[in-house]
Amino acid sequence: MTTKLKSFLPLLGIAALAIALLVVAPAVLSDLRLNNLAKYCCWAMVAVGIGLAWGRGGMLVMGQGVFFALGAYAMGMHMQLESVGDGGIPTFMILYDPLAPLPAFWEPFRSGAFTIAMIVVAPVVVASILGFAIFKRRVKGAYFAILTQALAVALATLISGTIKYTGGDTGLSGFTSFFGYTLDDPLNRRLIFTITATLLVGCLVVAWQLYRSRFGELLVATRDAEERVRFLGYDPANIKLVAFVVAAVMASIGGAMFVPIVGIMAPKSMDAAASIFFIAGVALGGRAALFGPVLGALAVGYGQSTLSEQWPGTWIYVLGLLFIVVTIALPGGIASLATRGAGLLARLRSSDRKAASA
Amino acid sequence: MTERHLHPDALLVRDLSVSFDGFKAVSGVDVSFAPGELHFLIGPNGAGKTTLVDALTGLVKGTGSASYGGKELLGLRSHKIVRAGVGRTFQTATVFDQLTVLQNLDIAAGLHRPAWRLAFARHGVPAAVDEALEKIGLSDLRHKPAGVLAHGQKQWLEIGMLLVQDARVMFLDETVAGMSADERAETGELLRRIGRERTIVVIEHDMDFVRNHADVVTVMHAGKVLAEGSVAEIQANEAVQEVYLGRTAKGNVHA
Repeated sequence: MTTKLKSFLPLLGIAALAIALLVVAPAVLSDLRLNNLAKYCCWAMVAVGIGLAWGRGGMLVMGQGVFFALGAYAMGMHMQLESVGDGGIPTFMILYDPLAPLPAFWEPFRSGAFTIAMIVVAPVVVASILGFAIFKRRVKGAYFAILTQALAVALATLISGTIKYTGGDTGLSGFTSFFGYTLDDPLNRRLIFTITATLLVGCLVVAWQLYRSRFGELLVATRDAEERVRFLGYDPANIKLVAFVVAAVMASIGGAMFVPIVGIMAPKSMDAAASIFFIAGVALGGRAALFGPVLGALAVGYGQSTLSEQWPGTWIYVLGLLFIVVTIALPGGIASLATRGAGLLARLRSSDRKAASA
Repeated sequence: MTERHLHPDALLVRDLSVSFDGFKAVSGVDVSFAPGELHFLIGPNGAGKTTLVDALTGLVKGTGSASYGGKELLGLRSHKIVRAGVGRTFQTATVFDQLTVLQNLDIAAGLHRPAWRLAFARHGVPAAVDEALEKIGLSDLRHKPAGVLAHGQKQWLEIGMLLVQDARVMFLDETVAGMSADERAETGELLRRIGRERTIVVIEHDMDFVRNHADVVTVMHAGKVLAEGSVAEIQANEAVQEVYLGRTAKGNVHA
């Protein structure tokens, strides 16, 4: 097979995943299970971004909850306002001060178009400013990881502490409609699943194109020998910045879709623990592989739901154990099993040949 | 060729000093590098050769001046210096192990492409890359990951990357160290071929290699330029003899 054809093979994989999600899953899953799958798809979008930033770019982004929150709260604010109708203010605000006007930063989120724009623009702006400051100063490795994690903690604390504006720890909830579609209708919830799954497939296509592009090669080069990239005439800070921003946008979109699916957005869905949970799926699945992060995130999401249904409380230990086993035995994640298997097969064959010729 | 500094495309270093916490690793160096000749930088360990090159390529801060093509290089950041046409290799070959030979060369050619083209995959092999593959003799290994190359091949790949970058000035840091005799000879030939219209400066410890290939030799000692001239002139220079013979076994300079 020519290398050109080979580079399109992953598209077949993406198509298979698209069919599984968009055709097979709605046909065989109950409404409840489908809604759960939609939630895993949101985490998987975050995971695709982490795969890009961490797997290919070497940036251990431990604070993707920040960008998840940007999208989620933008969507949450819009749906909250949509649910209370024109001129209304969210019920949680009335609880604190029935006469308070709607905070100015909430007002534009009445507009659906503005909300959708912010879901993309906000992470781009925030990630660009953060990334510029971080990468130009050449902060990397563990320092970078801790910094991003600290940001997630800081934002979670900020949200918790501003109950009047954000709902605090209780979060935003009580949504009744999503861009004019009532959330009570199972058909509409299936529509939301379809949108989410389509967005996930879209994220994968973007990742696929980035990985096969020259940018993808440059990103891997930057990951493996950042200083050397300078002597190719590139500022590695800019290359990392692009990957960081794309990952942030994916996390934000995942966060935005999470809100209508789960029906509540609170800091505990984006804090330090949640941010590490995002990472866990990526590490299990295989961070540098195209499909590793998606499959890992879907599996971890599924595992969490089913195991905690049967043995509540044990899931976190199972996840921890899995994490340890994979990190030690399979540093490339589950996705590396395929290449490992192929390598083993090739070795067996060549030793067969040696035995035959001896 | 003592009028090296008069060459219009020469890289002119004037009064260059580099100090680390008060220690002067390079002090007041004046040297000119011109196209068309293989210029060797030699000197005992710690003489300041690599530090000089580091200063000229933006890795360490230097004072003084280094002008090339009307641009002052000191103060520019590394990737800007590369874009000004000055490239380098490192003592330990640093190629991108996970990428193939072809990909290594292709991304090195990237600085001549507009940034938006980064979003697309490579179609076919750019002519400059093909040419470089041919020159460095790695055509047959183009689809191999660079990590599996032998030490000498990695050094050639680095030179190839400088070629596709179209670096007009190349600083090569101990390129033949650790190479076999055959590889050294081939490297010498390669440098001759590509050095006709470029400025090639080689930091080297291997005196046989210097003798066989150098057009000009600049000897550094304790951060300063001790002597400059042809191989014969350097070998006859008493100060050079003293520096080398006072420290290392006889025969290092005299064959």
